[in-house]
Amino acid sequence: MPENFVSDRLARRQLRHGKERAIEFILFLAAFVSVATTVGIVVILLKESFVFFQQVSLWDFLTDTQWTPLFADAHYGILPLLSGTLVSSFVALLVAIPLGTIIAIYLSEFAPFTVREVAKPFLELLGGVPTIIYGYFALLFVTPLLQMIYPDLPGFNLLSAGIVMGIMIIPYVSSLSEDAMRAVPMALREGSYAMGATRFQTAIRVVTPAAFSGIAAAYILGISRAVGETMILAVAAGMQPKLTWNPLEPAATITAYIVQVALGDLPHGSIGYQTIFAAGLTLALVTLLFNVLGHMLRKRYRQAY
Amino acid sequence: MNEAAKVREIRALIKAHKRWDLVFAIVGLLALMVGVLTFAALFGQMAIEGAPRLSWDFFSQFPSRKPDQAGILSAWVGSTLVMIVTAATAVPLGVGAGVYLEEYAPRNWMTDLIEINVTNLAGVPSIVYGLLALGLFVYQFGLGQSILTAGLTLGLLILPVVIVATREAIRAIPSAIREAAYALGATKWQTTSDHILPYSMAGILTGVIIGMARAIGETAPVITIGALTFIAFLPAAPFTGDPPAGLFDWIMSPFTVMPIQMFNWTSRPEAAFHHNAAAAGLVLVVMTLSMNALAIYIRYRLRKNIKW
Repeated sequence: MPENFVSDRLARRQLRHGKERAIEFILFLAAFVSVATTVGIVVILLKESFVFFQQVSLWDFLTDTQWTPLFADAHYGILPLLSGTLVSSFVALLVAIPLGTIIAIYLSEFAPFTVREVAKPFLELLGGVPTIIYGYFALLFVTPLLQMIYPDLPGFNLLSAGIVMGIMIIPYVSSLSEDAMRAVPMALREGSYAMGATRFQTAIRVVTPAAFSGIAAAYILGISRAVGETMILAVAAGMQPKLTWNPLEPAATITAYIVQVALGDLPHGSIGYQTIFAAGLTLALVTLLFNVLGHMLRKRYRQAY
Repeated sequence: MNEAAKVREIRALIKAHKRWDLVFAIVGLLALMVGVLTFAALFGQMAIEGAPRLSWDFFSQFPSRKPDQAGILSAWVGSTLVMIVTAATAVPLGVGAGVYLEEYAPRNWMTDLIEINVTNLAGVPSIVYGLLALGLFVYQFGLGQSILTAGLTLGLLILPVVIVATREAIRAIPSAIREAAYALGATKWQTTSDHILPYSMAGILTGVIIGMARAIGETAPVITIGALTFIAFLPAAPFTGDPPAGLFDWIMSPFTVMPIQMFNWTSRPEAAFHHNAAAAGLVLVVMTLSMNALAIYIRYRLRKNIKW
């Protein structure tokens, strides 16, 4: 018998074992792509922004009230883009939060089974409509409609873009809020009914407060969605950076600016090219902040019961 | 006498409170109606404006400076090709990652890190993926503004959707199935590939379809990588032309996609182009909605039929 004899069956098992390990490693690599993507985003944004901030001071970036990187008299103040982003998001939330919450309460506490079976897939479909379609709708349907009420409204404005964006994020807010409400244990509702409370009283005074952190998480994730939304604003709100808090005016958002630059033909490595990464970094930080906050709140409601 | 008055008072109180139930039920339905009406208005507006433009020519002609001769040939071909690359990226990576996280992953910091990343990536605005692709794929890797770049970008974008769907589908399989396979001497991978994956196929498919429906409507990241808005040629089909194109030459070709074509037409001032935009939007919305409806239907069937 040779010295390093391995029985047939053992050899087969080793081969099997090796193959198993190889497959596990390949699957791990697939899962690791998500980490690599995050690292890629962070590295790319920081790298290009770093070059940008060597030429523009952070102070100017945060306090200058003009954003004109493509003009001869270049100013690099993020405030005008930020104001457009915040105003449009605010309008969107004014639409999405009340409607989304009411729909969530209705679907979770009031709606008969059949209504819910129809409404939920429908809301999902509404959330699946491409945003460019909403942009078209905002520019060519909602704006003319609003102009009938308020004739001085310019063709591009933050208001109609914000309203349509709000309708777009209703399904998002309502489905997350509804999940939170359904997670409230039945015993709480039964206790409330036993005390003689009506459906409405139970929904408003028992279920909603109990699910509040989950509902708040839905709002915050909705905000982050609105802040990062691009095409509706690029189409319907115009592309002029303008420091304004008035939703009736046209103004560019951070995302619309990035689209505007990408549509042009800026040479790789120029300061104009780097501005979109600085703007993107700002956007990523703002949405990250809201996302982290939202997930923290969501975790809390999961642990509550 | 006093008793009767009290009872009446309480009855009135109960009635008043119950009225709120009714009021809220109506308010809730009205809020839902806002969604329904928006959808109807959106669809109606596009149908009225765009339907007259829908003809065979609209699908078989290139975009043009003359609105009534412009078509979406390069856009729908581009969208289809980009979707092929997207699916080829997102399906293996997403299903692989989902299987790893559910079946293989040990409980350690690395797994936690991956899970946190998947959740976080789902919340990253799509335009940031565009910036990633612009910096990484277009310039660092030198892939240019090609179908490959767009497909990879959208593939990464929908990865969280596919991963989450895969995990949910796998989690729904009772562990008795795994134990039975192990008891017969199957290895982990044999169990996974012969039992877990086939049984979770419908759930995974749902996630993939929803992800693809999202990818096909994404505009911002594709614009950010610098896709052109005016393309009047098709990528070379394999083995045609002179010298003959290779099997995968189309993958490096410049391109445009449906939503970009629609954006381009929407942002022109002439009303005639808006009709084209409406028609392109109609095609796009029918495509994404039928994909979503298919996914919802598969899930519905799944929920009804499978009983472990």
